[in-house]
Amino acid sequence: MATDLSTPENAAQLSASVVGEINKYDFRNEEKYSFKSRRGLDAEIVHMISDMKNEPQWMRDFRLKSLEIFNSKPMPKWGGDVSLDFNDIFYYIKPSDRQGRSWDEVPDDIKRTFDKLGIPEAEKKFLSGVKAQYESEVVYGSLREDLSRQGVLFTDTDSAVREYPDLVREYFAKIIPPTDNKFAALNSAVWSGGSFIYVPKGVKIEFPLQAYFRINAENMGQFERTLIIVDEGAQIHYVEGCTAPMYSTESLHSAVVEIMVKKHARCRYTTIQNWANNIYNLVTKRAMAYENATMEWIDGNLGSRLTMKYPAVYMMEPGARGEVLSIAFASQGQHQDAGAKMVHCAPNTSSRIISKSISKNGGRSSYRGLVRVEKDAAGSKSTVVCDALILDPKSRSDTYPYIEVENQNVSIGHEASVSRIGEEQLFYLKSRGLSEAEASTMIVNGFIEPLVKELPMEYAVEMNRLIELQMEGSVG
Amino acid sequence: MVGLTTKNEANSPAMAGDIKNDVLTIKNLHVSVDGKPILKGVNLTVRRGETHALMGPNGSGKSTLGYAIAGHPGYEVTDGSAELIVDGTTYNLLDLEADERARRGIFLAFQRPMSIPGVKLADFLRHATTNVRRPERKEGEELIPMREFRKELKSKMEQLRMDTEFARRYVNEGFSGGEMKRAEILQMAMLRPKFAILDETDSGLDVDAVRLASQSIAEIGGADMGIIIITHHDKLLEHNVPDFTHVMLGGRIVETGGRELAEELHGAGYDRIRAAYPDAAAEEKAMTEKKQAAAAV
Ligand SMILES: Nc1ncnc2c1ncn2[C@@H]1O[C@H](COP(=O)(O)OP(=O)(O)OP(=O)(O)O)[C@@H](O)[C@H]1O
Ligand SMILES: [Mg+2]
Repeated sequence: MATDLSTPENAAQLSASVVGEINKYDFRNEEKYSFKSRRGLDAEIVHMISDMKNEPQWMRDFRLKSLEIFNSKPMPKWGGDVSLDFNDIFYYIKPSDRQGRSWDEVPDDIKRTFDKLGIPEAEKKFLSGVKAQYESEVVYGSLREDLSRQGVLFTDTDSAVREYPDLVREYFAKIIPPTDNKFAALNSAVWSGGSFIYVPKGVKIEFPLQAYFRINAENMGQFERTLIIVDEGAQIHYVEGCTAPMYSTESLHSAVVEIMVKKHARCRYTTIQNWANNIYNLVTKRAMAYENATMEWIDGNLGSRLTMKYPAVYMMEPGARGEVLSIAFASQGQHQDAGAKMVHCAPNTSSRIISKSISKNGGRSSYRGLVRVEKDAAGSKSTVVCDALILDPKSRSDTYPYIEVENQNVSIGHEASVSRIGEEQLFYLKSRGLSEAEASTMIVNGFIEPLVKELPMEYAVEMNRLIELQMEGSVG
Repeated sequence: MVGLTTKNEANSPAMAGDIKNDVLTIKNLHVSVDGKPILKGVNLTVRRGETHALMGPNGSGKSTLGYAIAGHPGYEVTDGSAELIVDGTTYNLLDLEADERARRGIFLAFQRPMSIPGVKLADFLRHATTNVRRPERKEGEELIPMREFRKELKSKMEQLRMDTEFARRYVNEGFSGGEMKRAEILQMAMLRPKFAILDETDSGLDVDAVRLASQSIAEIGGADMGIIIITHHDKLLEHNVPDFTHVMLGGRIVETGGRELAEELHGAGYDRIRAAYPDAAAEEKAMTEKKQAAAAV
């Protein structure tokens, strides 16, 4: 299909129509797996995964140790209500025997799924590098030649373990060890897929690198493991988007994302997630930022039954900067427990958290954030702004800000607001011919606009479109 | 919800084309806010092509009438009727939501426009313009083409001497008083309503801007629009010479005259009116006293 994506408008249209389709039709493909693990989790499953992947011994040992940690750790006592039966989940599914090397080799049913996601067209002209995860494995990937010429490594993490063992071993699980929390331990034991990126010193990637993920098996967990290393003075914007079809039974998604941002480097990691309403999305994301480095997390959370996600930046050396922009939309039966964690470990570091949440139709959104300033972090600054918009009396919003300061020579600001859509605003828009639904959608989109404008064009459109779909039928 | 009560079978071009047959008729309108009566039997007939000045002291109910016609849900009509005839079709306005009224050709320029953070004026106007020009449009259906819309918006903005940069600003967010009023006129220009109520669109405008506004309103309205101009000044009427002037007092229109009535009131104020209509003046007094009592509690 020759879709012209050369103008933002065209790209926007395509993206909008694709998202519309995804949400309107539940287009689960027939499941044709060459391997399907049984439900439940024990050492045997972990061995099986390691066998399947033909992994080096150190990774196998790491997985087994992580499994022990997982079993010994209690469930977190805060956040949302995780009523999951860990024995009723598939921990690994392989979609086809080998990874598609070129587009021609990708199985047809997978292609059809991607067609609906708009990936092949989008990839041709608009995207620079696409990693698409189907089930638990990356099946197709391409990377523009100019990137590889500059020494950028971009592959799925499984391949990275085999192809770049030294690099992976140096950083893997160093930022988020399995001991960090129960779900990080779980991911460490059964992880599969995810992206590995290395940007060499001084290399600036000017366009966003993108990846698409999708869950496609009932009762199946997804445990991607992403590791990004941005070397000194380098720059990257990584974009990850998820759109999942509807399913009837519980499903667990528990990713780990580790990012190393070295001296003077910059990394922006953008996520938009729109999970089906039965999915538990329990993600650990953390970056370490060194001297004068900047790490930005942009995080849009829609859908899911429960999302618990608090992207973190540890500012390790002077001048490091961390930022989290987070949008959460909670509708009926959904709980978005999202926020951020900023840890100032060195002098003159600065952080900013901006969180916008929308609760509708009985949905619940919580902001949970921690700003921690260590003893050595004199002259550090932190700002937190969280705004909540509640669309009806059934819905709920809470704020849990935690501030821990060990050094008095710092500046910390916190602002929070809760608002409702005003009748006067609605009337103003309606008096111009906008229906009530259009008017409230417009107000909601306006509310998140300060964050949406930070997204790449086609994601911004997708975000607005997702909000529209979420708002549909909200009035009446 | 469709407020269609009769349909013109003949649909003859002569009838549909004659805008003088398009009429807004308000009869014995009673309106309450929070259960408190504010309008107490307003009668008003406006035909397309006519200009009406609506005057009256502060608090007499002029804005309330505007809101009631535009369909503000907080302004409850307790009695009376509001009927709109366009192109031979009769609509009972009271059966229509605010957005449907707009789609049938009603427009209200707000005395105090609302700001909508994060929503760009151009995006909002493209939606609004599409809906008003295609009254049967359903949600999610296509908008008018971007290029066409932009071109029209640009020319209208130039006509109003507005910086085109404004289209990218958030609706009324941080606008100065005068900018807001200009934006209201711009919206009217884009929506091309059949009947427009301009509620103190001159307030907040500087001397030059009022003159420009007066001129633009006349140009936009031309002979096609039925205009109700609510104003305390005479500048806006310079290019919009009223065919009728109405004076509101205590929630009713107590006197109707021609342009000379507007001129008289601008010169002499409302003393004669209060003296001539003691009942309405008593209503006005009662309302102010009630408000003072409420404020004292
Ligand atoms: N939403 C409201 N809530 C409470 N009182 C209202 C409301 N709207 C109007 N009123 C009251 O109704 C009366 C008429 O108000 P309205 O705004 O219609 O007057 P007006 O003629 O437009 O006055 P002005 O010339 O000052 O604009 C006033 O006493 C006002 O306080
Ligand atoms: Mg008024």
